[in-house]
Formats: sequence, C-alpha cells, structure tokens
Amino acid sequence: MPDLLIELFSEEIPARMQARAADDLRRLVTDGLVEAGLTYKGAAGFATPRRLCLSIEGLDAESKPVREERKGPATTAPDKAIEGFLRATGLSKEQLEIRPAGKAEAYFAVIEKPGRKAAEIIAEVLEPTIRNFPWPKAMRWGAGSLRWVRPLHSIICLLTDEGGAEVVPFEIDGITAGNTTRGHRFLSEGTITVSGFDDYEAKLKKAHVILRTEERADHIWHDATNMAFARGMEVVEDKGLLAEVAGLVEWPVVLLGEIGVDFLGLPPEVLQTSMKEHQKFFSVRNPKSGRIEGFVTVANMETADKGATILAGNQKVLSARLSDAKFFWENDLRVAKAGMGNWTDGLANVTFHAKLGSQADRVARIAALARDIAPAVGADADKAEEAAMIAKADLRSEMVGEFPELQGVMGRYYALEAGRATDVANAARDHWKPMGQGDDVPSDPVAVAVALADKLDTLTGFWAIDEKPTGSKDPFALRRAALGVIRLVLENDLRLSLDRYFDGQLLRLRARQNGHDETAHQLLNEMLDEIADHGVFGAAVRTVIDRFDGDTPDAVEQARTEIPDTSENLLAFFHDRLKVFLKDQGIRHDVIDACVAMQGNDDLTLLVKRAQALSAFMATEDGENLIQGFKRANNILSQAEEKDGVEYSFGADAKFAEGPEETALFAALDGAEAAIGPAMEAEDFGAVMGAMAGLRAPIDAFFEAVQVNADNAVVRRNRLNLLSRIRTICLSVADLTRIEG
Amino acid sequence: MSDKPRSFQEIILRLQSYWAAKGCAVLQPYDMEVGAGTFHPATTLRSLGLRAWAAAYVQPSRRPTDGRYGENPNRLQHYYQYQVIIKPSPPDLQDLYLGSLQAIGIDATLHDIRFVEDDWESPTLGAWGLGWEVWCDGMEVSQFTYFQQVGGHDCHPVSGELTYGLERLAMYVLGVDHVMDMPFNDPDAPIALTYGDIFRQTEEEYSRHNFDAADTDQLFQHFKDAEAECQRILDTPADDPKTGKRIVMAHPAYDQCIKASHLFNLLDARGVISVTERQAYIGRVRALAKLCADAFVQTEAGGYTAGAAQ
Repeated sequence: MPDLLIELFSEEIPARMQARAADDLRRLVTDGLVEAGLTYKGAAGFATPRRLCLSIEGLDAESKPVREERKGPATTAPDKAIEGFLRATGLSKEQLEIRPAGKAEAYFAVIEKPGRKAAEIIAEVLEPTIRNFPWPKAMRWGAGSLRWVRPLHSIICLLTDEGGAEVVPFEIDGITAGNTTRGHRFLSEGTITVSGFDDYEAKLKKAHVILRTEERADHIWHDATNMAFARGMEVVEDKGLLAEVAGLVEWPVVLLGEIGVDFLGLPPEVLQTSMKEHQKFFSVRNPKSGRIEGFVTVANMETADKGATILAGNQKVLSARLSDAKFFWENDLRVAKAGMGNWTDGLANVTFHAKLGSQADRVARIAALARDIAPAVGADADKAEEAAMIAKADLRSEMVGEFPELQGVMGRYYALEAGRATDVANAARDHWKPMGQGDDVPSDPVAVAVALADKLDTLTGFWAIDEKPTGSKDPFALRRAALGVIRLVLENDLRLSLDRYFDGQLLRLRARQNGHDETAHQLLNEMLDEIADHGVFGAAVRTVIDRFDGDTPDAVEQARTEIPDTSENLLAFFHDRLKVFLKDQGIRHDVIDACVAMQGNDDLTLLVKRAQALSAFMATEDGENLIQGFKRANNILSQAEEKDGVEYSFGADAKFAEGPEETALFAALDGAEAAIGPAMEAEDFGAVMGAMAGLRAPIDAFFEAVQVNADNAVVRRNRLNLLSRIRTICLSVADLTRIEG
Repeated sequence: MSDKPRSFQEIILRLQSYWAAKGCAVLQPYDMEVGAGTFHPATTLRSLGLRAWAAAYVQPSRRPTDGRYGENPNRLQHYYQYQVIIKPSPPDLQDLYLGSLQAIGIDATLHDIRFVEDDWESPTLGAWGLGWEVWCDGMEVSQFTYFQQVGGHDCHPVSGELTYGLERLAMYVLGVDHVMDMPFNDPDAPIALTYGDIFRQTEEEYSRHNFDAADTDQLFQHFKDAEAECQRILDTPADDPKTGKRIVMAHPAYDQCIKASHLFNLLDARGVISVTERQAYIGRVRALAKLCADAFVQTEAGGYTAGAAQ
C-alpha cells in the first residue's frame, strides 16, 4: 500500500496559524480521500514557518469498483419517463436491463464505476483543499488569483510504494507538483529532492529544518533550561510563548543573555511584559534573589561567531526598550510618591465616552457604587470607596501608556508607593478581573466591591445611552462585563439584589447630567438616599416626590418613567448571559426561564441555586413525571377556568373526596405544603424538590383513577380546586409552565 | 565603497543603487507633508489598476505626535522612510529584499533575520495588506506588505511594498545609540555633519509648534477647506472645455486628501480631537481617499481606456 507525502511550501506562515493549518490540511485531505473511496492507516500534519506538510501511510492504491443498481420506470411507462431515466443515469436504452418488478416489468440501470487510481483522486481532492483552505486571513499575490496565507511557491505531492516514488500529476495556478523542496532560508542552498516522508524529514534536518513543532519546542525548552541551570538560574515557564517561538523558527538556536544591572530594579511584570510582547524573550529568574535577571532569545540561525552578533543586537534592542521603561517607571514613581494627585486630577481631562463624561466622572460614580455595595460583600465602605477613587489612576501613568496590558498591575505598585493600605492597592490591581474566561475572580472583599462597581457602572452607563451589544458587535465588551459580574457573584456566593444597584447607578448618571438644575439634582440625590435606605426604586421615587412641594422637574419625571424600563432590560441581558454561562454546566435554557419568572430574579446566587436544584430534579424519573402531572393538572384546570369563567383557587375539601386515590392526594398535598413552605424560606431547594418528588406517585394515581370533570358539580368543583393546589405548590418553586416538552 | 557603510546618506545611496539595479524607477520624495511613504501617489494611486509599476524613493515623513524635542534617542516627528513598490509583486521579492540588506552591510550569515507576522492597515487610506515586519536580531528593520486593497479597491494585480525605517535601520547598521549622534555624511569629511547637526533644532521647533503653538481654529478650517476642495475637484466634469480632452483630476484631488490627513495629524498632536471624534475624522479622510482612488481608475494611468468605457 502506498504512502502519500504532501508539502505546501510558502513564504512565512504566521506562528499562531500553523498548528491549526496542519490539522486542517490533514482533515480536509483525508476526508476527501475517504469520501472518494480510499482508506488509509494513518495520517499526520506538520507545520514550520515556511511549510505545511501531510504524511499519509497505508493508502489504498486505488478505490474499489462500485456497482450501483437503480430501478427505473415500468416498461409500459410513457417515453418521456424513460427518456428522463436515461438522462439521469447517462445510459442508452439498450444498456438498461428489464426485470420483473411486482406484477409488471421495469427497466433497471446497472452502473458500474470502475476503481480509480489513487493519484487521480488525490489530485481531485487537493485542488479544492488548496483553493478553499480555511486560513483565518488569506491573500493574493502577483498577478494570480490563488489565495493562500502568504505566497505559495512549490508543492510536493508524492506517492511511494515498494516500486518507488511517483509524483502525482497536479497543477494549480501555474505551480506544478513535484518532489523537491528547500531547506533553511540561510543555512542551506538549492533544492532537495525527496523520495518519501522519512527521506523528507531526514533531508530537511540535514538542511537545518526541524519538521515537528513539538520537537522544536522541546529543543528550545531543553536548551533554555540547561543554559539557565548552568548559571544557577531558571527560565520562567510560558507555554503560549514557547508555542509561538517554536512557530517562528525552523532551526532553533537558543541564546541566553543578561539584563543590564541598571534595569534590575524594575518590577518583574514590567521586565516580563516588555521582553515577551516586544521581543518574544523568555524571562530568566535568579532563584536566590527571586528577580528577573536574564532572558532567553531563540534565533533561527547558526553563525560562525556562535550567535555573538545576534545576542549583542538583541541585547541592544532590549536595552533601548528597558531604558524607556525605566524612564517611565522613575517618572511614575515621583507622581505616585506625591500621592497620585496628578493622575487622579488628570482623569478629568480624559473622555470616557462623549455621553458618559470623563474618566473622573466615571470614577466618581464607581466610587459611590462601591460604597453602596461594600456592606453586601463584607467590605469596609470607606476602603471600597478609596480603592475605587484610585483604581483608574494608573491609566494616566507613563508605564501603562506604553504597556496597556500592565493596567492594574502598575496601579498596585503605585498605590503602595503612595502609602495606601495593601487591600486598597490590591483592589487597584484586581478590580479589572475577571478579564476573560480563564482569568481568576477576586475574592478579597474590597477588590470584589470595586470590581462589581466598575462593571455595573459600565453596563448601566451604556444601557442608559442605548449602546447595547448587537449581534457580533460589542465594542465596549459589555458581554464580558456582565459575565464578570455573574462570576464575581456566583464564585463568591454573594447575595445581591442587582436591580437596586442598576437603579441607583442610572439615577447617578441622571443626577450628573442635570448637575446644572439644582432642584432636579437635589431630588435625584434624595431618591438615591432613599434607595440606599430602602432599596426599592418606585417607593423611593414616590416618597421623594410626595415630600417635594411644587412641580417635579422634567429630569425627575424622565427618571421616574425611563429608569425602570432600562433596569429591566439590563436584567434581561444578565439573564441571557446567565443562560450562556449555565449552558456549559448542562442547565437548559427553559429551566432558567422557569426560575427567572420567580420573585427575586435579580439575586443571581438564588436564581442559580434554584435552577441547579430544578435541573437536578428534572433529571430524575420522579421529576420528569411530576412535571407531566403538573402540566396535565394545569391544562385541565385552565380549560375549565376558561370555560366556566371563574378561577378555581380555593376551598378544596377532603370531605368530598370519593376514592382512596383522591384522599391520598389531599394528604400528600398537605404534607408537601408543610414541607415546602419552610424549605423555601430556608432557600433549601433540594428539600423543596424532595417534597415535590413525593407528589409524583399520588398525582399519577389520582389521574389514573379519577375523572376530574365529574357529573356531580360539587365534586367537580372540589376536584378543580384540588388541581389548583397542585398548581400553586408547583408554581411556588418555579414557573413550570415554561418547561419545554 | 567599503563593505560597511559609514553614514546615514551612504545607506540611502546604497539602497538607491541597489533598487535602481533591480529595475526600479528611482523617484524623488513627494513634495507634500505626509505621514508615511505609502501616501506618495507613486504607492497609493499606482497600486491601483492593471499597469505594471516599479518604483523606489526616499520619503520624508511627519508624525507630529512622535515629536520629543530631539531628546529621545529613537523618536522623531520628522523622519525618513525608504519605500519600494513593485506591481505585480515578483515571486522573488523576499530574496530581492534580503539582497538589499546585504547591500547596506547586513550579512545574513551573521545575523538572525526573521519575517514576523504583521498585517498592515491604513484606516485613513482605506487600505490593507498582509505581510510581516522584518526582524534583524530582534529589531524591526522593515515592513513587508502585499497590498490587498487600497482606497476601497481590490488590488489586482497585487503590489509588493517594502518600507524601511531609515533612521532606525541606519542606527543599527552604524552602531549608533542616539539618532542625533548618527553621522549624516562621511565622518571623515572636511565638514562632518551628524543627524543632530541637521535636525536637532528643527525637532525642537516643530515639537513646540505641533504640541502647543499650532493654531487649532485655523487647522480645523484648513481641514474643512481641503475636504471641500478635494470633493469640488472630483465633481468637476471630466471633459475639459478648453482642450476638448477628457482630463480627470485625480492627482490634484489626492493632494487635498494628503493635506487633510496631515492637518488631522496636527490636530491630533494638539490634543483637541477626542477619542470619539477621532474615528469620525479618520472616516472623513478615508472617504476622500476612496473618492480619489475611484477617480484614479478613471484615468489612463489607472487603466482607463476610452474603448472600454463604451
């Protein structure tokens, strides 16, 4: 059985795309071959900066012949039908067979497809694979129309078996497949002719190309750690960087350099970020001092001077970068030691968003909200406010101007220099978190208060000016902010009524916008105080307006009418995000809908507890059947209520019960009610579901034995009222009408 | 010529000879203030249409926000780019480029030269392309781009564009740490001049002007004027009543687009354009660039033929 070697040799492929591309090449080609009737034993894809490669072992030399029979029209069918069948099969009438079919005879077409040579199939599969290759970004070059990640120069497409190697005849946009490639751009000359995969890999290595990415990565890591060890140092592990660097070189040459003594005082994050982002260097730590004192760079080149020139050049570039960083750090330290006033004042001159004011306005809102939230998360209100006031200060620092990814990290350093408490400084660093799905969630109460306030202020702000995410567009990362709030709440097991914070923050925005209208401003602020004290927006508004003697200003009127809608809409957004979040935990969207329909749905911890319990319950046989029983009860009841024009909601009496099943249901409902009430009170949804499970058998038995719509009107009414008790109990747990299926 | 160049100007001269030998028309800088060599009509406009093209030139470039009063070792508000543009991009463009490094004394057997992904995009020109930044021993020495779209038009054929940041490249080749210390002419010349002798004072003057002194009201007005003039020129009917010829004034209109772009850069340096307004201004310049590109493809150089229009 032959083996197949394919190489697509191009100009430099971006490192981040290589692994995926090698895999796509393997998948697309093998899928195509299998589809066309060729099987194979094994296949593997490879990538270097200049080539994608696919090796397939044990491929069929040709596809199996296929015999297909198709039944056509009856022999007595009109000519038109027969002609149609001939067209469809590509046969002539003489080639058709006549066979008995039922009582009559019919035409049969027997189509024999002979086996086809592998080479022919490979060429057919390769063409669309190249033309439609799923690169994240592809381009054209020269005067051609082919698209590839960068200009494609040559193709190897080689079938080998015991008899030797055969180039698969294939051509695409002027590139003819052959059996030659090139080695390292600078360390080899001319072309290399190969006879199969093993030969290819071996010859490439002689031509200074290591084909396998993991081999290059291992080599880099091995040499880097050995060189560092020899000097009593250790390399800071960074798997992402290792993968990237392995994609930037065909022949890795590891060089270890030292960071100039002038720069050793910089924070390690600054050294690491500068070296990684700009230079793709690994950081090297001195385990004795714990400081970053060296770097590892990976060249793609062996030189006569053993890399001395390359290392000197890299060192020079690094020094220039770190001189900048040091300059920024020293300037920043002066401002920080003076209390960061320059920065916090400066935030007033930076627009956050034209409709939401400056960064200083934003900070003031966040600080006020952080104060509000603090008691609910166990934080000291003064500290939460203080942390929020300085949390964005580092945005004005020169270091963050240069390295935006260091926001927060620098904030912590500068806050400590400014003499702030450790938890306040830590909050400056951690309030940005969680930044993404993999990022951790802060747990220190001060950081939690500021992190929540920051995200809630962003969300309410953009909701207030109607800049919500639409489709794939989410320029202000509002989905991420909402997910951040969800994770902060759930992972810290926080009990918060989000609604009142939405209302409060929306009012704050309005108060600021109406700062020029003193009356409005004052009224809005009074409402804020009311919400802070009592927590209910509508009541707060009424209290304040009742107290106010005179015409309510427009701003107040607008606040009264618009804020509840905006809040509600934002809460619905949170529920949507929660569905996405919980889907990963296997909780269905209709289960969440059923729980969202209950009171207190702005308390995400409660909501999730309820949803988890309901989801677990529904996975049991009792749960599934109980829901069916509930739906049956609810349907009968709803139909009767509609027909009779009354609501059956009270007065079911056990004395009208006629059979043991009905009596048993009365008893079961009494028991369930007695158990569910206190369990709900204690938010013990597990116990609630347990009590509900106990209803399943009596309900099933009741429906089995009893006709609800009895002839006796008294009995009928009593039974409908009994169903109503089922409904009431079930709906007290979640809105089960929303459960699908 | 010795193997290693000795001055800034020698590096420029070697690049000029190299690319002339490779068949490029060696052009002169465009006589307007531009932010980068790409703005030269020899690149923006000539990358459109079917006609083959090969040009190389030095382009003085201005980035008002990068001014550092001549004090920063690497940053300048006025600097030089060397630009090569070839359409269609030849298959050996990478090798040609590496040859140019050899020509200015970068020995590929001693250094580590790498092509690192960097996709290029110019929101003001409505242009983008794919390519790399080229690293020499960890330092970016050039930008290498295959143009895919310019002024909203697909580039077909595709132009290959090479941009060398001359000061940075020369500092590396000459082993100089501060741009102002770099020899401009031969250091042994009777009157040896450094980069600083020529540009330190102007960097200081322009930094002050760009950051604090430029009259913003006037700049706003000039921006509006350039925008209006560009549109007016393009709205003028193609048929010239005086000569009886069809003359589409793509280049004069494009001059106004260049002006608007530079005025925007000045306003940006003055810090009077807010983050949200910024996008709007970029969009306005892009709209002009697109109109100019539309006009250029209606000219002879842009591939227009009278027959094809009928």
